[in-house]
Amino acid sequence: MWIKELWHKLGSPRWFYQISSPWIIGFGVAALVLLTVGVVWGLVYAPQDYQQGNSFRIMYVHVPAAMVSQSVYLGMGVAGFVLFVWRMKLADVAIAACLPFGIMLTALALFTGGVWGRPTWGTWWEWDGRTVSTLVLLFLYIGIYALREAILDTELRGRASALVAMVGTINIPIIKYSVDWWSTLHQPASITLTDKPTMPPEMWMPLLVMVLGIYCFAAHNIMSRMRVEILNRESKTRWVRNLMVTDTKPIQNV
Amino acid sequence: MNWRGLFTREWRVMMRNRAGVLNPMAFMFLAVMLFAVGSPLQDESRAQYGGAVLWLIVLLTNMLSLDALFRRDYDNGVLEQMICSAQAPFLVVLMRVFVQWLGSGLLITLLAPLLCLFLGLPNSAIPTTMLALLCGTPALSLLGAVGAAITVGFSRGGILLGLLVLPLFLPVLVFGASAINTAIVGDGSSAQLFWLAFISMVALTIGPFATTQGLKISLQMQ
Repeated sequence: MWIKELWHKLGSPRWFYQISSPWIIGFGVAALVLLTVGVVWGLVYAPQDYQQGNSFRIMYVHVPAAMVSQSVYLGMGVAGFVLFVWRMKLADVAIAACLPFGIMLTALALFTGGVWGRPTWGTWWEWDGRTVSTLVLLFLYIGIYALREAILDTELRGRASALVAMVGTINIPIIKYSVDWWSTLHQPASITLTDKPTMPPEMWMPLLVMVLGIYCFAAHNIMSRMRVEILNRESKTRWVRNLMVTDTKPIQNV
Repeated sequence: MNWRGLFTREWRVMMRNRAGVLNPMAFMFLAVMLFAVGSPLQDESRAQYGGAVLWLIVLLTNMLSLDALFRRDYDNGVLEQMICSAQAPFLVVLMRVFVQWLGSGLLITLLAPLLCLFLGLPNSAIPTTMLALLCGTPALSLLGAVGAAITVGFSRGGILLGLLVLPLFLPVLVFGASAINTAIVGDGSSAQLFWLAFISMVALTIGPFATTQGLKISLQMQ
């Protein structure tokens, strides 16, 4: 079974470090291409909205950022589950890498939301359902970040943050429902998996490209952070030393 | 240890440490007073905010009470013995949280008529307020216990506890305040009450297990 084999291999941070290099390059190139195409297409060629004019174009940053920030949290919850059940070191590395990226992306979603809200709703900030659930997501991220800062032991830090990430993941749907019930100004989602989009294709195609681009960028960024984290943690081991030594002083082995 | 023994033990510990129950209640009434004094006199809209303020104060009171949930037993080593020796540690945790709820959630529910009076909520809203508190406060105790278990190892865990659990309390606040508001208007609020009960059920299924795991992590930190 190749899945079982892969699973066992994932237990080794060293193996991940060695195979991740081409993946990072692949995701990086894909992100660069997709984001360039998406930005130019969305900002220059996509037609104006008949009501919002050009201001709707911030959607091309806002929507992908909000979507991916939730996915990253979900990924963190899954990594937490893996860490808790199988005690896989790499999962803790993944949580550590997801946190700062997720915080930045959520903050970006809130910021672009404010910029979009000013011309559209006439206010920078409105206590609207989806805004609040994004803000709660930011607080959930910050809580885990603060918890990790407070615990010194590496293993316990990982398990504690994994536990909180899992509990948070279970609660996210309830939080989303509750704030949707509470109040909503947001337009309903224009693109869903089941229905036909309510936007013309010239508008949603660039959005799709941007979403894919941000996903690739997330993969690139998180994997890069994971590599740095692995080097940091394993800095005492022989393979990391050899890696560094052969890079700088090849004649060390005499 | 059987159920009765566990309950008796937890109940006695709570009764002998009355400050742990009474101080949060004193805090609650103090907060209500400060709000009432701070808001304008004879403000007609006070009832509109009453539900939200009541729930907000309940959340904070519960957090104060949760901070002390495991601390004493953690410091003197009893907790470690209980987790190690119990056949099912989560039962110990569940009983501890249940007794904590008796001293916070249920007590607040019984005091709800007073709170309604002080916050200017109409008498017609009292039954719904009490039901909402009865359905919603178990979730606060159960989810809050997870945060309390993880932060018990820190000497100053209070602020971190708030940061970790307050976002999870948001749905309870939303449905709780909404239930009271619809009751003030005179509509039925059974939908919100069902939601609160549902959230408490979800918290009951994940809370004790997560709390047990959190305690195990904290015990290793010692």
